[in-house]
Amino acid sequence: MAAPFDLSDDSVVVIIGTGAGGGVLANELAQKGVSVVALEAGGRYLPEDYVNDEWESFGQLAWVDPRTTSGDWRVAKDFSGLPAWIVKAVGGTTTHWAGASLRFQEHEWKAATTYGPVQGASLLDWPIDGAEMAPWYEKAETKLGVTRTGDRAGLPGNNNYKVFEAGAKALGYTEVHTGRMAINSADYDGRVACQQTGFCFQGCKWGAKWSAAYTDIPRGEATGNLEVREKAHAARILHDDTGKVTGVEYFDGDGNLQMQAARVVCVAGNSFESPRLLLNSASSMFPDGLANSSGQVGRNYMRHMTGSVYATFEKPVRMWRGTTMAGIISDEAKHDPSRGFVGGYEMETLALGIPFMAAFLDPGGWGREFTTALDSYENMAGMWLVGEDMPQETNRVTLNHEVKDQWGLPVVNVHFDDHPNDVAMRNHAYRQGAAVYDAVGATRTFPTPPYPSTHNLGTNRMSENPRDGVVNRWGRTHDVANLYVSDGSQFTTGAAENPTLTIVALAIRQADHIASEMSAGNL
Amino acid sequence: MTQQAEPRDRSRGLSRRQLLSRSTAAGAAFVIGPGFIAAKDAAWAAETSVLKPATFATLVQMARDIYPHDHVGDEFYVIAVKGYDTEGAAPGIEAGIASLDAAAQGKGFASYLDTGWERDRVDILRGIEDSLFFQQIRGGLVTGLYNQKAVWPYFGYEGESYSQGGYIDRGFDDINWL
Ligand SMILES: Cc1cc2nc3c(=O)[nH]c(=O)nc-3n(C[C@H](O)[C@H](O)[C@H](O)COP(=O)(O)OP(=O)(O)OC[C@H]3O[C@@H](n4cnc5c(N)ncnc54)[C@H](O)[C@@H]3O)c2cc1C
Ligand code: SF4
Repeated sequence: MAAPFDLSDDSVVVIIGTGAGGGVLANELAQKGVSVVALEAGGRYLPEDYVNDEWESFGQLAWVDPRTTSGDWRVAKDFSGLPAWIVKAVGGTTTHWAGASLRFQEHEWKAATTYGPVQGASLLDWPIDGAEMAPWYEKAETKLGVTRTGDRAGLPGNNNYKVFEAGAKALGYTEVHTGRMAINSADYDGRVACQQTGFCFQGCKWGAKWSAAYTDIPRGEATGNLEVREKAHAARILHDDTGKVTGVEYFDGDGNLQMQAARVVCVAGNSFESPRLLLNSASSMFPDGLANSSGQVGRNYMRHMTGSVYATFEKPVRMWRGTTMAGIISDEAKHDPSRGFVGGYEMETLALGIPFMAAFLDPGGWGREFTTALDSYENMAGMWLVGEDMPQETNRVTLNHEVKDQWGLPVVNVHFDDHPNDVAMRNHAYRQGAAVYDAVGATRTFPTPPYPSTHNLGTNRMSENPRDGVVNRWGRTHDVANLYVSDGSQFTTGAAENPTLTIVALAIRQADHIASEMSAGNL
Repeated sequence: MTQQAEPRDRSRGLSRRQLLSRSTAAGAAFVIGPGFIAAKDAAWAAETSVLKPATFATLVQMARDIYPHDHVGDEFYVIAVKGYDTEGAAPGIEAGIASLDAAAQGKGFASYLDTGWERDRVDILRGIEDSLFFQQIRGGLVTGLYNQKAVWPYFGYEGESYSQGGYIDRGFDDINWL
């Protein structure tokens, strides 16, 4: 049967969310001839719709439904209603993302074994490893057109990169380059080369940056096997009395409750909405939520150890010109406990425009200490710090029954406390980041606190043993045979690298698995 | 737990909703802006429709003292706080400014505007920085002041670039002092 599909058609795979995980999975399954209905809470925006304006773009694309926060992280104080900066649109957060596309390091698949016991951390080894993932990474890199992989050249360095590179080299760092980016350095796959407009976070108007919105999704739709339903907010996953899922209830664009029957359901709403959906699907058979016999749904929330370092110089940098994040120093990404923490971190160039810089440089800050920094905005360079944070059982997404969204559904509360390892790593990274800029004559440096989370991971983690996590090595829930998790919430541990390449590689691999299980009659 | 945390958190920082509503409000204020800019000098102070002129003048000074940029003219601060000159917002602002003047009197000045040096006003503001009023004004300025397109050139920021073909031929890598 070809798309569009009937609500009662129970032969379809229903995917919830169309971002890095769901959007790729939808296309990959459609290419294999599997019928797919993808439910996406947001609307559809394409390059012609994107705007080169930070707040206007945020208003257009960001997820702004209510959420609440608790814990000692500064985000809970400064942005209490906005724990994460993620997108609600066809293509998900791949519209906003910067494109940094890194593989995990070998040892990061086995964090518990490599790091040993860390007090207060719920570290666990992934049930898969680098060797198993290598071919899937290669497919993902080819799909995204990642620079410096295959025969694709690196991007040229912009002003912000040149300052960063000069500082890194002066400091003796050796692993410095313009990054492995899902941004075309030359025309590739029907998309143009990067024009250095500098609004990668606002959706690339040239289409030079990979986003599922204008690659995988239309390609999947072109097969006739994929129907994407926009403005369709999944509310609950239904099951029968054998414990298999049978369909998904969702609110359509007019606010009417609909039910789409399903043969298989794949949850890919990012690490807050995916566990929320499982918890909101509690029933008499699954009183603690679907797929939650382990009690792990919503736990082990990770957001990466992040922070930024900005610096001012005597002369202009104009960091906003060109790619937002094409620059990396990987020397600190290794695991070297002599630094006083386990795991490692990457340093990556980052530029914000004046509107976001005012909001994020030092949230709550005022007076001349703050404003003289902005007065030197033209002379400013910037980097983002991203490292492995420790999973903790108590860092957790739960339902907040006191607060309801526009559908009357309980929203999530996101609780996060930094682990001492995260704090030690951040302080080290602040020092090293400042040293990079001091090495090329910074007049002042700014250790900037983490923004609302852009990397949200771990709340339905993958585990060998069903007691320790929610899904198995394929992202299939331990408890329900025809229910999958297909986004970053599967992550067992976070590694130091930006997560999306791994989310995409896992989605391609999962599509292969689901298609073969279907033809083997196991689904 | 979060129920209790919410009000306090709101007063400390910007909630997403505040961010959004303020960025829209700032946009709207910007539209009415040019008329104000034309009325430079001190004429703006008299142009309030609900707030007392003295209250508005104090509010503008407070805005400048929170985010002082000496090369940015008063008109941008006026635009940034003009949104409070409404029936709905004015009572809260009148009360807030009255408490600011009271704080100034507590430090021996006749009023907030009676101070001579910025440091005296900053000292007064430090004393009230945890108040809801201060946080409302400060939070609103983050977008109200810095999201005005017309103020960006004062910081060198060039804004939108797609329509000009990006920076590929316009200096994305033109740094020459390294
Ligand atoms: C500014 C920014 C920069 C970033 N830069 C990078 C980078 O350089 N490199 C990198 O690796 N990562 C980056 N990221 C992170 C990256 O975007 C995410 O890791 C990735 O998109 C997550 O994929 P996902 O599939 O888990 O979720 P998403 O891509 O967020 O997709 C989830 C989708 O599900 C939808 N959804 C949620 N709930 C429901 C529901 N109930 N019903 C229907 N639909 C629902 C959402 O609307 C959304 O479209 C960045 C993120 C941001 C915000
Ligand atoms: S800098 Fe390049 S990738 Fe980024 S938005 Fe512009 S054209 Fe797209």
